[in-house]
Amino acid sequence: MSATRRQEIRKNLDWVTLGLYFLLVLIGWTAIYSANFDPDHQAIFDFKADHGKQLIWMGICTFIALVLLNTEGEFFIRFSVISYVSVLVLLILVLIIGKKVGGARSWFGVGSFGIQPSEFAKTTTALMLAWFIAQTGPRFKALSTRIQAALVIGIPAGLILLQPDAGTVLVFAGLVFALYREGLSGNILIVGFGAIILAIVAILSGATTVEYPGFGEQSGIYVMLFVLVILGALIFFGVRSFTLPRYRRKNYRIVALSLAGALAFSFAVNFGIEEILQPHQRERIYVLFGMNENPDADYNIRHAKAAIGSGGWTGKGYLNGPMTRYKFVPEQHTDFIFCTIGEEWGFFGSMFVVALFIALILRVIHLAERQRSQFSRVYGYSVASILFMHLLINVGMVLGIAPVIGIPLPFFSYGGSSLMGFTILLMIMLRLDGERFSVFR
Amino acid sequence: MNLGNRRYIITGIFLLFGVIFIARLFSLQVATDDWRAKAAELTEEKVKIYPSRGLIYDRNGELLVANRAIYDLMATPRKVAPFDTVAFCDLIKMDVEDFEESFNKAKRYSRYKASVIKKQIDPEDFARIAEQLHKYPGFYGQTRTVRNYTRGIGAHVLGDFAEAGPKDIERNSYYMPGDYIGKGGIERTYEEELRGRKGAKYVLVDVRNNVQESFDGGRLDTAAVQGKDLTITLEADLQAYAEKLMQNKLGSVVAIEPKTGEILALVSAPGWDPNLLVGSQRGTNYAQLQGDSLKPLYTRAIQGQYRPGSIFKMVQSLIALQDGKITPATRITCNRGIIGCHGAHSYDDLEGAIMHSCNPYFHQVMKRMVEQGEEDSRFKDAQIGLNAWKEKIHRFGFGTDLNSDIPRILKGNVPGSSYYDNIYGELSWAYSTIYSISIGEGELLINPLQMANLSAIIANRGYYYPPHVIKSVGTDGKPEQFLEPVSTGVDEQHFETVVNAMQKVVDTPGGTARRARIEGIEVCGKTGTVQNDPLPDHSVFIAFAPKDDPQIAVSVYVEWSGFGGTWAAPIASLLIEQYLNDSIANPAKEQRILDAEFLGP
Repeated sequence: MSATRRQEIRKNLDWVTLGLYFLLVLIGWTAIYSANFDPDHQAIFDFKADHGKQLIWMGICTFIALVLLNTEGEFFIRFSVISYVSVLVLLILVLIIGKKVGGARSWFGVGSFGIQPSEFAKTTTALMLAWFIAQTGPRFKALSTRIQAALVIGIPAGLILLQPDAGTVLVFAGLVFALYREGLSGNILIVGFGAIILAIVAILSGATTVEYPGFGEQSGIYVMLFVLVILGALIFFGVRSFTLPRYRRKNYRIVALSLAGALAFSFAVNFGIEEILQPHQRERIYVLFGMNENPDADYNIRHAKAAIGSGGWTGKGYLNGPMTRYKFVPEQHTDFIFCTIGEEWGFFGSMFVVALFIALILRVIHLAERQRSQFSRVYGYSVASILFMHLLINVGMVLGIAPVIGIPLPFFSYGGSSLMGFTILLMIMLRLDGERFSVFR
Repeated sequence: MNLGNRRYIITGIFLLFGVIFIARLFSLQVATDDWRAKAAELTEEKVKIYPSRGLIYDRNGELLVANRAIYDLMATPRKVAPFDTVAFCDLIKMDVEDFEESFNKAKRYSRYKASVIKKQIDPEDFARIAEQLHKYPGFYGQTRTVRNYTRGIGAHVLGDFAEAGPKDIERNSYYMPGDYIGKGGIERTYEEELRGRKGAKYVLVDVRNNVQESFDGGRLDTAAVQGKDLTITLEADLQAYAEKLMQNKLGSVVAIEPKTGEILALVSAPGWDPNLLVGSQRGTNYAQLQGDSLKPLYTRAIQGQYRPGSIFKMVQSLIALQDGKITPATRITCNRGIIGCHGAHSYDDLEGAIMHSCNPYFHQVMKRMVEQGEEDSRFKDAQIGLNAWKEKIHRFGFGTDLNSDIPRILKGNVPGSSYYDNIYGELSWAYSTIYSISIGEGELLINPLQMANLSAIIANRGYYYPPHVIKSVGTDGKPEQFLEPVSTGVDEQHFETVVNAMQKVVDTPGGTARRARIEGIEVCGKTGTVQNDPLPDHSVFIAFAPKDDPQIAVSVYVEWSGFGGTWAAPIASLLIEQYLNDSIANPAKEQRILDAEFLGP
């Protein structure tokens, strides 16, 4: 690499994103320190403690960032397929020889440190997706191409589902935003929101019992299905009465398909919850709707909400939150790290952190949009979507508006794989963005 | 279609969720205090500090009521690991069913906070349990303080100390479920002085409910105020001796120091060893006392509603003398036509009438007081006369609780006009209807404490101090109200005849209370025999001694034992002798009483 090129990269590097990254990592580390705080062992550089280990990981990640920022963008493009396939192999291997942690086989154990291939699968899948769409170019409109794109996402997602790690699978689902940006019909978003609403109604009605004349007490899901059919029929007659005859046939098809889809989906959700989910997972979903039968099922989330809620406007002060200090919130240094911010820094602090995340994500979208290469743009949107999904699920969970799904908060949660994965994800984007003027692909 | 615009849709969606999060944060952190309260409930704990309860000493400084430790077995459900229920129940000696009920209740109350599983385990039992307790995490013993009665006497006076019931808690917000409270006697009267004031320490606990540090630097903490020791007026030896004399009898003994109104002994028989109502056996023992046909829980000494019998004749004499209706020289014919009498006498003066307990004499004396001739109608006349008489009787403490510090005194009954109006109708009764009260029979009811107080009044020649058991609260002395003498309104000079008569009752050959005689001590006394025809009579005796410098005034009431001189008088004399001489000269006299048994008609 020539010296002038290196200067050009440095000049074009998006220092805003880099600044947001370091800010989040640093704030995250202070939160980990607080969550592990022990007045008798206050040493910051205690590498046996989690906050000490995280410091090591931060050092490693800084090194990785430097390497990535000095790597030709071309390398990532060429590396896409290989890395994608390699990680797929790792995902298969981890199912066979992985270490079982918390019921999921998702870790390769290396001494006291572990590696989680699914953390890297996000990056490689984003790269692969970008490569694939850039390859196909305008042909993305074809159904077969779209199915192939769905497979690019679906294969690693499926392997991760086998671990099982539902949270990460949901993150992969977020890549739909990138596809949407590249021309996938906007209906996908409508269908997505419709599905969420249908799922909620199906869960709520499925959990209630209704006395049916002649059939005795049965699940309330049948009421819901019945209502859906009535709604379908009403729309059907609406179409017949208010649309021109030549559009009717097409509209009939849409109504019939939607109704069938909605019925099948609702039934599937109900069946999935009752028959497929393990009891503790079912309980977590019920907790979200306040329908749990076991009063202890919402223990985590109740404590998490108490920790955050007790922060008030300005919080109890750093290292001064009793919920955090006396370990009331389980997994507080990893999945529930946001509680530390909530309790110690209050509404202002929490709002600031949420704002930082949104700012970072929107900045990444901004970067993606200013790319001239489709590869970089798709990759940028993938990065933004992945970060967004993590934020959505993790913070949604600790705030009690999403079910309890174990998934780290990017840059914040303790854990080397996670920090490294997100660093690589973001740094590749920064490098691609840095050379946006010098390449045209 | 320009796909570039989709950027704004995606941006919009991401921003929307950012706003949703911030709104949610606002609702959790700022809009409501619920979660702050929830966190406080989890992390902050108020640790109550119980001051040690004041001890109780007798008038000579002998320790009567001490404290001792007892254990409640507690469980914190969250910390309990799976365990062998049967083995555990075997260890703590509890039914598996009871245990499960108790443990489930604890779980329902709180998973994090400790609840009582088994109350009041005696130290010996707990030592055995404690050895094994490490095998059962989540269970631990909590020390409680209960009473220890060193002499096992005075149950009715001391009262008891037990867990506060729902009513106590409702009445006074100081008490929380599980707190102890004085339930009767002086434990109840002096509850606030004895208990002190509990303090509180606010602490932060960790998730395992271990105390970590004091909350807010201990700024909200309050120190416990120690309970004050009480010195009471009972004399332990005299009380114990009186209880011994009253064994196997129903009735009461009350001894008062006339000069001060201090109660030296107060016995209600049957009684019980107050230690029975402490600790794990309290419930069983209490039920047993409650079910006992002899009603030990009924404090005859202050709640017994007895007709006083002949001892009341002295009260009649005194108020009649004060009113000028009679003089010591007044003689009245013993006309047995209206009212019966006994013994050989026919025309006594006052002294003789008291000595012989002449019924017609006092029928006539009261007639003079009631029928004053102020109204032509004998009905109206009796009404006015009786009410005036009633006022004077009240001044002797009858029909009142005497302002004593012993709780739950029953005042007895001194009938006035309204009382008889209720029975017979207004102006439908005259003295001839109600004359039996003139000799302490009929509707007149008094309790043994009032009888002893009468004895003290005569000993003092005209006044009394409210009889009380408190001698000193801590080092503060006794409350003001017990230092003020109460006058009966009868002048000292009128007591001469009555006192002389009482001495003769004891000392002269043929006196009704010869058995009350003590060599070397001038005892003044008066017997009473309350008729229960056809059942055996109640035996009553009041006395004081020595005659010219009275140190002790007593009343003895023995139910169903017959003539007053036979049983009540010797008991009183033994008490006086024990108190004044510290020994008993005639062991046979004592043995006769100890052997006697009167447990019902």
